[in-house]
Amino acid sequence: MARSDAPIIQLNNIGKNYGNISALRGVNLSVRQGEVTCILGDNGAGKSTLISIIAGLFPHDEGEYLVDGQPRRFSSPREALDLGIAAVYQTLALVPLLPVWRNFFLGSEMENGRGLFRRLDTAEMLAKTQDELHRMGIDLEDLEQPVGTLSGGQRQVVAIARAVHFGARVLILDEPTAALGVAQSGLVLRYISQAARQQGIGVIFITHNPHHAYLVGDHFMVLARGEVDLDTPRSELTLDRLMFHMAGGRGLSALEHEIHGDGPVAPGT
Amino acid sequence: MTIAVEAARRQQLRPQSVWKRILKRPEAGALGGAILVFVFFWIVAPPFRQVPAFTTVLYQASTIGIPAVAVALLMIGGEFDLSAGVAVTTISLAASIFATHVAGSLWAGVVFSLAFALALGALNGRLLILTKLPSFLVTLGSFLMLQGLNIAITKLITGNVATEDISGRQGFDTLRTIFAANFQFGRVQVSIAIVYWLVLVAVATWVLLRTKVGNWIFAVGGQGDSARAVGVPVKQVKVGLFMLVGFACWFLAMHQLFAYNTVQSGAGIGNELLYIAASVVGGCLLTGGYGSAVGSALGAFIFGMTTEGVIYADWDPDWFQFFVGAMLVLATVVNTWIRARAAKGK
Repeated sequence: MARSDAPIIQLNNIGKNYGNISALRGVNLSVRQGEVTCILGDNGAGKSTLISIIAGLFPHDEGEYLVDGQPRRFSSPREALDLGIAAVYQTLALVPLLPVWRNFFLGSEMENGRGLFRRLDTAEMLAKTQDELHRMGIDLEDLEQPVGTLSGGQRQVVAIARAVHFGARVLILDEPTAALGVAQSGLVLRYISQAARQQGIGVIFITHNPHHAYLVGDHFMVLARGEVDLDTPRSELTLDRLMFHMAGGRGLSALEHEIHGDGPVAPGT
Repeated sequence: MTIAVEAARRQQLRPQSVWKRILKRPEAGALGGAILVFVFFWIVAPPFRQVPAFTTVLYQASTIGIPAVAVALLMIGGEFDLSAGVAVTTISLAASIFATHVAGSLWAGVVFSLAFALALGALNGRLLILTKLPSFLVTLGSFLMLQGLNIAITKLITGNVATEDISGRQGFDTLRTIFAANFQFGRVQVSIAIVYWLVLVAVATWVLLRTKVGNWIFAVGGQGDSARAVGVPVKQVKVGLFMLVGFACWFLAMHQLFAYNTVQSGAGIGNELLYIAASVVGGCLLTGGYGSAVGSALGAFIFGMTTEGVIYADWDPDWFQFFVGAMLVLATVVNTWIRARAAKGK
């Protein structure tokens, strides 16, 4: 299924400390072409720290971060972006009042003409935006309409399509379905799987939702308190087991025992 | 390949009437307003119907419109400039005093005041970025400071509240031709300020809609964080916009200096609100990210018609202020309604 077995990104024993507090310890991760890696975990489990390191927001303190086999230490997202590692955050970096096509090319506008008459290549940008969105299965009637008028899922896809268009090989998606309804989530999930399988992009999919993860994931990692709680390929995992880990794993069974009085687990009372 | 063909076909098929296209533009409300005001004064004020009256209206509009174009771009970029009204006077004073008391040459005064105007804009912009305060506050501060400085420094240097007449000095005639000429157009006298105004509006429209920088201005005002995230130099864009306002103020300042020969140090107060009002009537959103240069021109045109129309109709000039206020509220309501419709894609 994977087109190239060599990982684009490889993390070996990555760790990050904030002062005395260790936010992340001993994380190993490989991201390959055409593969969707799901990272799950509770609030404060270390998901944000992990993707921030991968996206270049700040460097890691321990371990090794390899891109195409080369050790890297990023100090700005730009450096990561230049190597084709792009993050799409929940805020999406879209401007609501700006037309779809202007958003698509914002900051990387195509121009033609010379000197004082240097101008936007509107026709080309419109066509490219239309093509790219069409390929993702989104069919917008009017690319001049403000992005703010699109549905949540469509906006998400526009942001993802933009990252892909500008050369992302690894796409980090930070909770893309968190604020979406069922139908809109479906749209985004379909596109995530399409981006990976058809365009050969390595996707890192951060989510709270094990159902969404299980639908599109090839590889699953559950973080808990800064450590890896579960790390397994799809072939060795059932949805039930994933949900069990997501819901709190062993901690939850302890809680269940306590509540239903199958014998006090906690000492004291 | 098939996708591209399909895309092209779909674009041709897109049904979009001219009427809807016009209604979706930010300046749609102002266009309607301008027509209404024009018809209104046409009916109530007979002298308004003559061609010379129309050029007077246009001239009046240009003195509001020149700074208003820049203020509109600044507002689209998400900021205000309350100091623009008095800045015009400050810049006139700087040119006049520098020419008569320091350099002894009018040309030197003109060049000095241009540098001064751009520096003033840059200072406003830098202050905004350094303090992270809202521009309303920063420029309110510079407005009050300039207002004080205008009178204090003029009194200190000239011992008077106005500068001396510069009309006898060398270079005056050439500079007047450049900044304040009147030329014959058919049967009427037309001020060159009108031409400059229209050129400025055309250039601003081109920049806004057809260049990269224009895209950035909309983005910076619409959602600064998103713009920064995709690599738009937000701070430079904002400082640049404040400098543009400085430039537009300089242009009007030079026009007024060479049209009237002296500068009254107390002038200009209140005009900043007129520039903002013209921009808002023209469709600029107070929160930024939306608006147009043509809209600001229509807004200025409405106020120009009103100023002159009130006079031609033989009313008390104080009605003008009332009218500006009423127009502002009405235009904002109409614009909000139109934008809500546009947002729904109707």
